Amino acid sequence: MEQLFSDYTLRMVALGSAVLGIVSGGLGTYAVLRGQSLLGDAISHAALPGIAIAFLLTGGKTPLALMIGAALAGWLATLWIMSVTGTTRIKYDSMLALTLSVFFGIGLVLLTYIRQRAGAAQAGLDTFLFGQASSLVRRDVVTMAVPGGAALLLMALFWKELKLLAFDPEFGRTLGLPMRRVDLFLTALLVVAIVIGLQTVGVVLMSAMIVAPAAAGRQWTDTLWKMVLLSAGFGAAAGVTGAVLSSTGTGLPTGPLIVLCMGVIMVLSLLFAPNRGLAARHLRARRSTGRFQLETVLLDLYALGMQHNDPLRPHPRGAVQAMRAKEVPVDRLLDRLEKDGLVRRAASGWALTDAGLRNVETLKEERT
Amino acid sequence: MTQGEMEIQLLAVVVAAACALPGTFLVLRKMAMMSDAISHAILPGIVIAFFLTHNLNSPLLILAAAATGVLTVMLVELLMSTRLVREDAAIGLTFPVLFSIGIILIARFAGDVHLDTDAVLLGEPAFAPFDRLIVGGRDIGPRALYIMSAVGLANVAFITLFYKELKIATFDAGLAAALGFGPVLIHYGLMTFVSITAVAAFDAVGSILVVAMMVAPSAAAYLLTDRLRDMILLSVALGAASAVGGFQMARLFDVSIAGAMATASGLVFLAVWLGAPRYGILAGRQRRIRQKWEFAETMLAIHLFNHEGLPEADIEHRIGHLEEHLSWERDFARRVVRRAQSNGLVQRTNDEDEDDLLALTPQGRKAASEAIENL
Amino acid sequence: MNIRVSDPAAIEVRDLTVAYRDKPVLWDIDLTVPSGVLMAVVGPNGAGKTTFVKALLDLLKISAGRIRFFGSPYEACRQDIAYVPQRGSVDWDFPTSVLDVVMMGRYGQLGWIRRPGRRERERAREALRRVGMEDFAHRQIRQLSGGQQQRVFLARALVQDARIYLMDEPLQGVDAVTERAIIDLLRELRERGRTLLVVHHDLQTVTEYFDHVMLLNVRRIASGPVDEAFTPDNLRLAYGGRIAFLRSADAAGPSDAIAP
Repeated sequence: MEQLFSDYTLRMVALGSAVLGIVSGGLGTYAVLRGQSLLGDAISHAALPGIAIAFLLTGGKTPLALMIGAALAGWLATLWIMSVTGTTRIKYDSMLALTLSVFFGIGLVLLTYIRQRAGAAQAGLDTFLFGQASSLVRRDVVTMAVPGGAALLLMALFWKELKLLAFDPEFGRTLGLPMRRVDLFLTALLVVAIVIGLQTVGVVLMSAMIVAPAAAGRQWTDTLWKMVLLSAGFGAAAGVTGAVLSSTGTGLPTGPLIVLCMGVIMVLSLLFAPNRGLAARHLRARRSTGRFQLETVLLDLYALGMQHNDPLRPHPRGAVQAMRAKEVPVDRLLDRLEKDGLVRRAASGWALTDAGLRNVETLKEERT
Repeated sequence: MTQGEMEIQLLAVVVAAACALPGTFLVLRKMAMMSDAISHAILPGIVIAFFLTHNLNSPLLILAAAATGVLTVMLVELLMSTRLVREDAAIGLTFPVLFSIGIILIARFAGDVHLDTDAVLLGEPAFAPFDRLIVGGRDIGPRALYIMSAVGLANVAFITLFYKELKIATFDAGLAAALGFGPVLIHYGLMTFVSITAVAAFDAVGSILVVAMMVAPSAAAYLLTDRLRDMILLSVALGAASAVGGFQMARLFDVSIAGAMATASGLVFLAVWLGAPRYGILAGRQRRIRQKWEFAETMLAIHLFNHEGLPEADIEHRIGHLEEHLSWERDFARRVVRRAQSNGLVQRTNDEDEDDLLALTPQGRKAASEAIENL
Repeated sequence: MNIRVSDPAAIEVRDLTVAYRDKPVLWDIDLTVPSGVLMAVVGPNGAGKTTFVKALLDLLKISAGRIRFFGSPYEACRQDIAYVPQRGSVDWDFPTSVLDVVMMGRYGQLGWIRRPGRRERERAREALRRVGMEDFAHRQIRQLSGGQQQRVFLARALVQDARIYLMDEPLQGVDAVTERAIIDLLRELRERGRTLLVVHHDLQTVTEYFDHVMLLNVRRIASGPVDEAFTPDNLRLAYGGRIAFLRSADAAGPSDAIAP
């Protein structure tokens, strides 16, 4: 931690990863909610030819030019996906896989073309494949933060339009809002988020930065703006943690570590988030089985009593147990019911109290 | 062409064919992205098996990768079964995490052994001829060619043996379950073969080309035929054509072979998308134009038929009125009337009058009532 | 036909045809919905009821025909038309609250960028009160029952303060109490001079709930006041042989209709 403040390189890497986490986490929320989690993967792969062409055109490695190239290619890929799925029977998933592999292939062709023309001068281009967070410098961080911040600002400005797009686009159209254009606009924002992350985590891992923070954030809240904030926060936390962890040893690449941290946050969220989390769900289920067993014992006592036309008649413990499987902990349940004042100990065993009988009446109604 | 080039092309064709077989079913089952997920997620399996054997050619690698592939599918289904994330998010979460583990393992422990991430992702078919299979002191060809052929044959065997089951599970999972075909088993079986194919191919062509070869030819074939058997055969053929075309392109421009093959498969798809006789966009556009006219003629006939003999017929049957009531442009309305006239569906009472009454011919009346019947 | 009524009809459809690829879904439909009526749209599955509503709302491309609302095209009076889509058309696991969904009805009037403020919130609460959901304002939508979801959609249409309401199966899958409440609300809207066109699936309640009806099966089979249009003959035309028996003794029309 101390290092984080003293080491310039580490500070830049951590800062860059945090920026990436915030932007991709925030905008990824919409991709996940709209069922477009894998679109990010397609866009990030599709960016490669754009980077190569921008390199060929500008002849050098100006981060901004490469980013614009990447963004244009990613954007084109999305349009191509939309237009093929809109005009033929090819399904969305096929188009995603096809587009990402074909665009990536075109990118490879262009990269090898550059390699044989420009020789070693293009060394930096390969970093886009796997990302090279450890090489981030101040200029890179600024080039990430400015478009990323702008994208987040635009998202905040068009908050209600984007929410409507994600929730009920058809209704939005009947209100007179041009939802198709809003869709293209949101895709453009997503492209920005992806492009600024390519240099840090690379083409393959970028999709995790889009999906994981939002999927984790979703578990903790049922409010859209809280979900956006949470997933931005998760993205930033994973970014910084991954950066710091990778500085603790050699051979610890930053991008994969960030993704692993994100994976851990994801798993923890699925398990322990209140309400939705699996642990909470399990507890709820157990509590309701417990209550169900208590109610069953009450009803059993009642049924036994009714055999003698006296619902309040006491019965020995063994008779109650005989009504149920051995595994049902009748003793514990009777103790608990006694504590609640629903049954009482009598000389010849257990009997319903008046309160218990009233309870039985309502239960009988519920269960029919 | 040198012997090495021949061998590379042959290998590429075999890879394309082996990928297209399971690829067809991925495309039809709307699981094309699983090819991307599996081809990345098998990395840690490969790495761990490699650490154990120190041999990239060990069959253990294929087994480990297949197991990792199935593990990926299980993880995705486990995530989905929580009902906390959707399928696409579950896929998008699982494979990058597994891929990350693979990369970290390589970076941390592999050092400069021959196993780097570049090779996994990109592949380089050009190196394939250097690794020969020597049997009894005799060089019988590139090792990759034999491995790929074996995998290809295994795919053929799987699809031939379980053709009926795969077909039913693909088009009607519920029916398959009712018939006792176990769609889940079929699902995992298919995913196992996807994994085996991906790992066998990655060494030669890289994981991205695996995705391209699994999806692009099959998607193109999907636009060319409605029959499953034809679609499988077509995707094998289109994949092979992309492989050869891509190789030639790569040789011409001296660029990445794997990249050029993926590009070629994209170009093949583009060509099919534009020009497919039934499902292509050009054919679609032409059909729509034709339909528009036929449709308009029938509509005119039905319109006249519906109002025939009623008091309002005097108004409804005027050409000028069509503009108002069918929202037809004046020119369009006139052209429809002219076409309907030449097809013998309607006749005009007075050819000189611009706005005269239209009447159905007996043939037109028959056409209209048939059209109504067919609704 | 050229006789001009002093007051244009609320909805006027002429020769509407909609086709998906080769197949016509709606053929040459004429319909006049007078102002201030509560009209049911009924017909068998696949008759094109939802398509018809979407065509009116310009949500899909029509092949031919003309649609007018109070004599003007849709774009000119979009603000006067509210839409209640089918409940299943959205993801109810979306992270948002009841109040938020209802306020979406005001987004059109708010214009770009502007956020809903206190006034919108007030109106949304008022609409929720009218559908009996005021206690649920801050509930997450995934916690609602089917009938409650339906009422939220109704409230969202109410805040639009429209003159015409187009509703797609607002009674689908709701309990008897909610159905009653929704019908009361629809009648109240009619009393206030609104026009309602409601896709409905239950033939047994048509005569009880609605004053006008359109029978649809790709073509318009019949339309008009319920006692004129909702006849056994017309029903047989709309549903074909699928009506097993009709209790023709009822003067008002059939009250039992059973699909095989």
